[in-house]
Amino acid sequence: MSQLDFEKPILELEGKIAELRNVSGENGVHIAEEISRMEEKSSRLLKQAYGKLTPAQKVQVARHQNRPHCSDYIKALIQDFTPLAGDRNFAEDHALIAGLGRFGGQSCIIMGHEKGSDTESRIKHNFGMVRPEGYRKAQRLMKMATQFQIPVITFIDTAGAYPGKGAEERGQSEAIAKSIESCLRTEVPIISIVIGEGGSGGAIAIAVADKIYMLEHSIYSVISPEGCASILWRSGEQAKEAANALKLTAQDLYSMKLIDGIINEPLGGAHRHKEETIKNVKDTIDGALQDLLPWDAKSLIRTRREKFLAFGRNL
Amino acid sequence: MNWLTNFIRPRINSIVPSKEVPDNLWQKCPSCEGMLFHRDLEESSKVCYHCGHHLRITVKERLSIMFDDGQYETVELPKVAHDPLKFKDRKKYADRLKESQAKTGLKDAMTIAKGTIGGQKAVIAAFNFSFMGGSMGMAVGESIVKAAEIAVKEKAALITIPSSGGARMQEGMLSLVQMPRSIIAVEMVKDAGLPYIVLLTDPTTGGVSASFAMVGDIHLAEPGSTIGFAGRRVIEETVRETLPDDFQTAEYLLDHGIVDMVVQRGDLRDTIGRILNLLMSTEKKSKKAA
Repeated sequence: MSQLDFEKPILELEGKIAELRNVSGENGVHIAEEISRMEEKSSRLLKQAYGKLTPAQKVQVARHQNRPHCSDYIKALIQDFTPLAGDRNFAEDHALIAGLGRFGGQSCIIMGHEKGSDTESRIKHNFGMVRPEGYRKAQRLMKMATQFQIPVITFIDTAGAYPGKGAEERGQSEAIAKSIESCLRTEVPIISIVIGEGGSGGAIAIAVADKIYMLEHSIYSVISPEGCASILWRSGEQAKEAANALKLTAQDLYSMKLIDGIINEPLGGAHRHKEETIKNVKDTIDGALQDLLPWDAKSLIRTRREKFLAFGRNL
Repeated sequence: MNWLTNFIRPRINSIVPSKEVPDNLWQKCPSCEGMLFHRDLEESSKVCYHCGHHLRITVKERLSIMFDDGQYETVELPKVAHDPLKFKDRKKYADRLKESQAKTGLKDAMTIAKGTIGGQKAVIAAFNFSFMGGSMGMAVGESIVKAAEIAVKEKAALITIPSSGGARMQEGMLSLVQMPRSIIAVEMVKDAGLPYIVLLTDPTTGGVSASFAMVGDIHLAEPGSTIGFAGRRVIEETVRETLPDDFQTAEYLLDHGIVDMVVQRGDLRDTIGRILNLLMSTEKKSKKAA
């Protein structure tokens, strides 16, 4: 999972470079030349690979475990972050992390799917698959955002809502539907960033926003390519074809006018350049807040509705 | 067997005119396997008179049992872009659409109709399951918006009747965004102070159940309907435990507080009529509203 098949030659080269660096102390100039030659080659290969990623490759990159996660963005971009927990009813869902904090000088509610970064944290966060409690926590905090008139920022990164017995018993459908309704009723600006995987209803539940952005190699889809292939092709092996057909890349969705912008990832993807990627996301949120602030509640809600009603009408 | 089916049967058929013996006079109940005579089945609105199982019915049949005196007016579906993704799996989506249109005589998986129920004005947006599994794409989403606009304009209640496997994946993200779009439609009806009732029928799953179908003022369900978010098989594979037989049935959802009532098909018109009268009759208005 941490290795992408199309990156293999690049990874091998990067490994060799690291090895050479380790021994370069002893042999000086000669090796330095060799290293810079290999680095050139590696960046050439990266350019080749990342210049024309196929949709199926983007799916892999979007799911890469070393990509910055929601918690990384919160750590880097949010001051005074104060985590808030629970739906006040049943449980705290660690798959959807949330809290209060400051972006720049601005108080905000921040929430997002968290997949976790090692086995232990992945299990704790249920691999980013939210249960009804998570969506009910989201509803609670959207209301709070309206109450205190502070904008909402959401980070989208999930394979989908959790398909489990308890989730169904506690109304997974209702929780998602009401979460969408809460977004629509929130009387403050909402900004959503798809940072990795935008998986179906579990993603859009917290992504009904005034401004929606996607990272360059993130994806957003009605169904996973694997799920789509197993239904329409009757075999999961056609996932590549499904990834093509679903038009799930940031570039496709921008051309269909379903998102407001694409956030650049440095060459080689966000998993190679966490800090730069997070900086680009910061600049985008900055710009979006400048566009949206100050706001008038009534016209904000009307404009949000009109935005979504316009989807697909202009094709 | 070949000789019998290929030779003898055509001979018999050629001697006996076939229109006198339609082969669909009898059908088996999918639940109790009891034999059902077609005329009796029609009289019972496609409810098995042995075990009470509710068989799927066409939208036409449904609308005629829902509206007063079976009288209603259908509304033309709004126009939408067809196949904007140029989607192709083993078959082109454009061809699948054409086939479904030819098979059902419908433009898409939705019918909009208006009339009265219990004397109160109502607009119904009903799914046709036989049209690509009742899947929700742009045409369906836009139809829900149109139904809501009509309800608001005519001060009528909005009733949706989902029967759908979920989103129409051949329309990609354009189908996913129908979740918020359909909820915006509902918001327009709620803003106008009009009732929004959902009648959940078999099946209501995926993106359809996780959007407009779960934000009703009142949720009714037909007995035995499958209603849920994820498919049973997906859940079994995820949690690796066997699920109860009645998992995700209307009755199970009633027990878990997700629907208000499970209503027999024969009682639908009376029940909805009564609800609409309680919610919409003029004398209940508070001073503030007056």
